[in-house]
Amino acid sequence: MKIHEHQAKQLMAARGISVPLGRVARSVDEAVAAVRPLIEESGNPVVVVKAQIHAGGRGKGTFKEHPDVHGVNVITDGIDGGPSAAEERVRELAKRMLGSTLVTIQTGEEGKVVSRLYIEQGISIDRELYLAVLLDRALSRNIVMASTEGGMEIEKVAEETPEKILRAEVDPAIGLADFQANELAMGLELSADAAKNFKRFVKSLAAAAGELDTSLIEINPLVVTTDGSVMALDGKMTFDDNALYRHPDIAEMRDETEEDSAELEAKNAGLSYIKLNGTIGCLVNGAGLAMATMDTIKLAGAEPANFLDVGGGATADQVTTGFQIITKDPAVKGIFVNIFGGIMRCDVIANGIVEAIQRVGLEVPLVVRLEGTNVELGKQIIADSGLDVVNADSLKDGAEKIVELTGGGSQ
Amino acid sequence: MSVLVDKNTKVIVQGLGSTGQFHTDTAIAYGTQMVAAVHPTRAGTEFHFEGETDHSGVPGRDDTYSVDLPIFGTVREAVSATGANASVVYVPPPFAADAIMEAAAAGLELVVAITEGIPVADMVVVKRYLEGKPTRLVGPNCPGVITPGECKIGIMPGYIHERGRIGVVSRSGTLTYEAVHQLTQLGLGQTTAVGIGGDPVNGTNFVDVLDMFEADDETQGVVMIGEIGGTAEEEAAEFVRSGMTKPVAGFIAGTTAPPGKRMGHAGAIVSGGKGTADAKIEAMNQAGIVVAETPSDMGEAMFRALG
Repeated sequence: MKIHEHQAKQLMAARGISVPLGRVARSVDEAVAAVRPLIEESGNPVVVVKAQIHAGGRGKGTFKEHPDVHGVNVITDGIDGGPSAAEERVRELAKRMLGSTLVTIQTGEEGKVVSRLYIEQGISIDRELYLAVLLDRALSRNIVMASTEGGMEIEKVAEETPEKILRAEVDPAIGLADFQANELAMGLELSADAAKNFKRFVKSLAAAAGELDTSLIEINPLVVTTDGSVMALDGKMTFDDNALYRHPDIAEMRDETEEDSAELEAKNAGLSYIKLNGTIGCLVNGAGLAMATMDTIKLAGAEPANFLDVGGGATADQVTTGFQIITKDPAVKGIFVNIFGGIMRCDVIANGIVEAIQRVGLEVPLVVRLEGTNVELGKQIIADSGLDVVNADSLKDGAEKIVELTGGGSQ
Repeated sequence: MSVLVDKNTKVIVQGLGSTGQFHTDTAIAYGTQMVAAVHPTRAGTEFHFEGETDHSGVPGRDDTYSVDLPIFGTVREAVSATGANASVVYVPPPFAADAIMEAAAAGLELVVAITEGIPVADMVVVKRYLEGKPTRLVGPNCPGVITPGECKIGIMPGYIHERGRIGVVSRSGTLTYEAVHQLTQLGLGQTTAVGIGGDPVNGTNFVDVLDMFEADDETQGVVMIGEIGGTAEEEAAEFVRSGMTKPVAGFIAGTTAPPGKRMGHAGAIVSGGKGTADAKIEAMNQAGIVVAETPSDMGEAMFRALG
């Protein structure tokens, strides 16, 4: 699960991790009201207005409705004009940002509608660094990654100048040791003051990752201010969904407007669904087989419309829900059901399919491939239903048949 | 021979909810030596299983079975009373990590964790706990381990398997069934099929299992089934290139998966340009592994690899 920047900073601040002062605003008035107290508290006449969406690249991204407005704006009007000038400028910006669609390198063309802003104090930046805590799968534990190349995409740094990325393993029994924090500080060539602040920062951050069950905390940039403080200028946190049950406060931070509605509906039904851009809807049991089914459709010359795993123990009801979600997608020109029934019996699946079609109708071709437990019974149920269903003998056969039935794919 | 489990494997079950009960029953029907269950509040009682024998399993048994499985309060007691050397974990996610550690503390050689949805941080702790201990963990979030005709631990359908000469190792459950089914139909059969699970932190990796298959006399070739995410397949390819004499065929799921999206399994995600199917397939090709284009061709690919 992802959360917004302002929520991540709130979680960090609660753990003594240094972040700029800021206030979240869901309306123009709230945005304006945030300005004066921020300027007074921080003593800095500069404020920053940041769009809150679950995607990066906001600084360079622009709004569909207002191509001249970026997702992150530094407001300097307060330097000469005082707080009221800053307020006026924030009012203008907030009017244009709230409710508008921000397109960044990570959102895709369709962009994301901005429904909240984060108004933050300005910071006098000396250096921009990169810091993250994430799982290293090969080591089976978290690592801290740090780099002098703040503000850049870390993937690019890893590719072009891998020597600029520093790493430290976090032992789950010990946490990040002092000497490791020191090694990182030295590697980042920090001044004595900044090093002291950094060491406290990075140790708290590594501990927070463990406490909060994050799968990723990324701070890009981590800034060293002109007076030697170390602060998270941006903050991104992703959580391990499997651990949310022990963090009800974080689970509540979920912003469902950021999630695809069909994906959400599927999740609530205990299904795993991801919308894709193709025309062939697929319903499969098992994540690996579902991915392989998508791959095989592509190989047969068409594109999959979705990933849908109904799981190992799906009920007829879940199959029906899955079917409904697929048929709702107007891009779907055909459906391929691919089931290898091990624990899941083919007759259960067959009943689910028949029931779904009777309930929601079927306006596109349907190919069904059943294999495994009670396969003959399953095939019989479908044959007896009198529905227009094409049988397939294997995954490959099924993929080829559905692509042919829908007009030979996209070519 | 076979790897990990055989007819001498004595298994205890941890977690007797509906899933644990169901699969303990099918394991007994298959002929697996299920010797005890562990349940703190039902210690001292027995759990009764009866039904029709699954004759695709251990040969030479009656057509029906009736078993009273003794329940113990701790794994240690269960082991000392029964001489068990393996356990299977169906305990719900919040308690599964502890169950695995308890099994390791009791000195079991093998722990197979079926449970799906264990927090990653818990598995990080489990891995740390297992360091220096002789216990091998398979899983979590896996279908289990089966040596056809001898021992079935997990949730895979027994009847699709047939004893033969190919080892199977996979991150995905249903794709394992696809491979096994084809190997059975082609008359190649399996020595042992091992599901290592779809989580980012797991007990046993491809390399561990490939190493066992390489050392196993009966295994003449291996099918390995991977998917996007992580670098375990690349490491496996390097192992095959440098340390394996037996032919290997493979398949990688997720060529069409978009980056940044978790495809069902917690571990199946392409992030930061890492863990793509293309990179894995390339590494496998380089290592001389015959990579099937679709899952329907896995058996065929094994045939080609055998030469």
